Amino acid sequence: MGRAVALGAMEETVKILCGVKRVEDPDQKIKVNPDGSWIALDGINYKLNPYDEIAVEEALRLKEAHGSGEVVVVSIGGEESVTEMRHAMAMGADRGILVKVSERVDSDAAARLLAKVVEREKPDLVILGRQAVDSDQGQTGQLLAEYLGWGQATFAAKFESLESEEEKAKKPGLQVQDGKVRVIREIDGGLEVVEVELPAVVTTELRLNHPRYASLPGIMKAKKKPVEELTPADLGVDVTPKVKVRKLSSPPQRKAGIIVSDVATLVEKLRNEAKVI
Amino acid sequence: MSNVLVVAEHLNQSLKKSSLHALEAARQIAARTGGKVFGLVLGKGVGEIASEFARYGVEVLVADDARIEHPLAETWSKVVEKAAKEVSATYIVAASGSQSKDILPRVAARLGAGMASDVMGFGGEGAEITFKRPMWAGSVIGEVEITTPLKVLTVRPTDFPPAQPGEAGQVRALELPDLGTIRTRFVEFRQVKSARPPLTEARIVVSGGRGTRGDFSPVEALADQLGAAVGATRAAVDAGWVPNDLQVGQTGKTVAPDLYIALGISGAIQHVAGMKGSKVIVAINKDPDAPIFQIADYGLVGDLFQVVPELQKALTGK
Repeated sequence: MGRAVALGAMEETVKILCGVKRVEDPDQKIKVNPDGSWIALDGINYKLNPYDEIAVEEALRLKEAHGSGEVVVVSIGGEESVTEMRHAMAMGADRGILVKVSERVDSDAAARLLAKVVEREKPDLVILGRQAVDSDQGQTGQLLAEYLGWGQATFAAKFESLESEEEKAKKPGLQVQDGKVRVIREIDGGLEVVEVELPAVVTTELRLNHPRYASLPGIMKAKKKPVEELTPADLGVDVTPKVKVRKLSSPPQRKAGIIVSDVATLVEKLRNEAKVI
Repeated sequence: MSNVLVVAEHLNQSLKKSSLHALEAARQIAARTGGKVFGLVLGKGVGEIASEFARYGVEVLVADDARIEHPLAETWSKVVEKAAKEVSATYIVAASGSQSKDILPRVAARLGAGMASDVMGFGGEGAEITFKRPMWAGSVIGEVEITTPLKVLTVRPTDFPPAQPGEAGQVRALELPDLGTIRTRFVEFRQVKSARPPLTEARIVVSGGRGTRGDFSPVEALADQLGAAVGATRAAVDAGWVPNDLQVGQTGKTVAPDLYIALGISGAIQHVAGMKGSKVIVAINKDPDAPIFQIADYGLVGDLFQVVPELQKALTGK
């Protein structure tokens, strides 16, 4: 096989591939264009999808815990996506692969492109965000696992909180050992633990880690890290979407309510006006 | 003919209510395509759940086998695929719980289908159905079309009423397909036990955020007095103050109770995405400029640690 699947001892090398998507900064107001064709892009800031940032952080922690390895970040997008890839490399990722597309691709095309990149790179583990905060579909990781015929563990988290000592010590939440990855999953009703044989696909939940900041030396180094460019044609993938966005609209706004001055008024309103208690 | 297959979710030997909302969404589709609705229940020892589902007037396929006891995407996706083929389904629908979000994309990949997540309504004309779904944390509603003959959907339970009981449908066994090599092993499930009503089914929800500073006792006390469920913001869950299962928002649960009481919650868009469908929203926050007041029906500016005990007292006295 030539790949380090048997990760029995911690010193064995681990190769991890992470998906990194450039998205609109989720902390700003998103508005629809007057013609409903897309969102208004004037003055919009971009950043790395927060869930993907968690994926990169987890990959780096695993590499650090194992003593050696490689973290490769893959982005699907235009040339501008290199900015977010450089951010991931400034955090510590080793190199990047940009699959250059001129049009928006759907989750399915993204998964098929990633599958081809994975076949070339042969990582032990692929870590993706559970969803991108633009389309919010949350499908790519699962689609990728199916296309590769691999096992998957979505919504990876950990038992400890993000304010715990374990998190402060930057311990990985995923445990890679004996050719398997052990994952704590956040699901409805609680936390589930699964073990998946490597190679595997994992998608990240918010509670997996706090991503590190890029250091200044990290930012300097990232500028020299290699970014390979590929096209869907290079990978032999037809990116015609299965899911097409026809139109965007704004959700109905809630009518502005009132500010009440005291508890007595609030209770009176809830009882007699809203009639909900 | 465009049949619709509804995959039920269940927990602790009972059908999840969200499955009934998914069934209603499936009926709306079938009414437009002229197809028939079928149910699917998977697991081990799930015969009773299948019968319960059938009482809502739907023919149910049941795959009851120790090999699919746990909802692992690798195995369940193969069973859903087989069921879909057996009933000639062109739509596969489930409520957008964590289980279906995990499994259905794999089903879509196996069947070459396009998939829309968190569908909140339908558009288009007649049998040509488009799907309305939240994007950018619900700041935008996207109307999408799925171009493949087979379509897979998860639907938001809060946007569809629950199906009503009808003439009980037939329940029939579905034989498992070849499950192949399974690379995923279930280890354990640490369930959050609570005597309170489930967050997604409660008539009243009391939620706490950063303003609780980690002390959820006022939130819980008020919830218990009102017979309400407890919810939380991402910040509160991240900090480990409450279990993840209580998170309301973009990636947590979507709720639409009659009354939502937000205590010490600023109102980040990611949280609002999960609760703005509530009938009545009450916000109690120290900060008069908190964005939560822009969507609340009734706002009260004040410290929750003072306001909540007062509110509890006022609620006791008629």
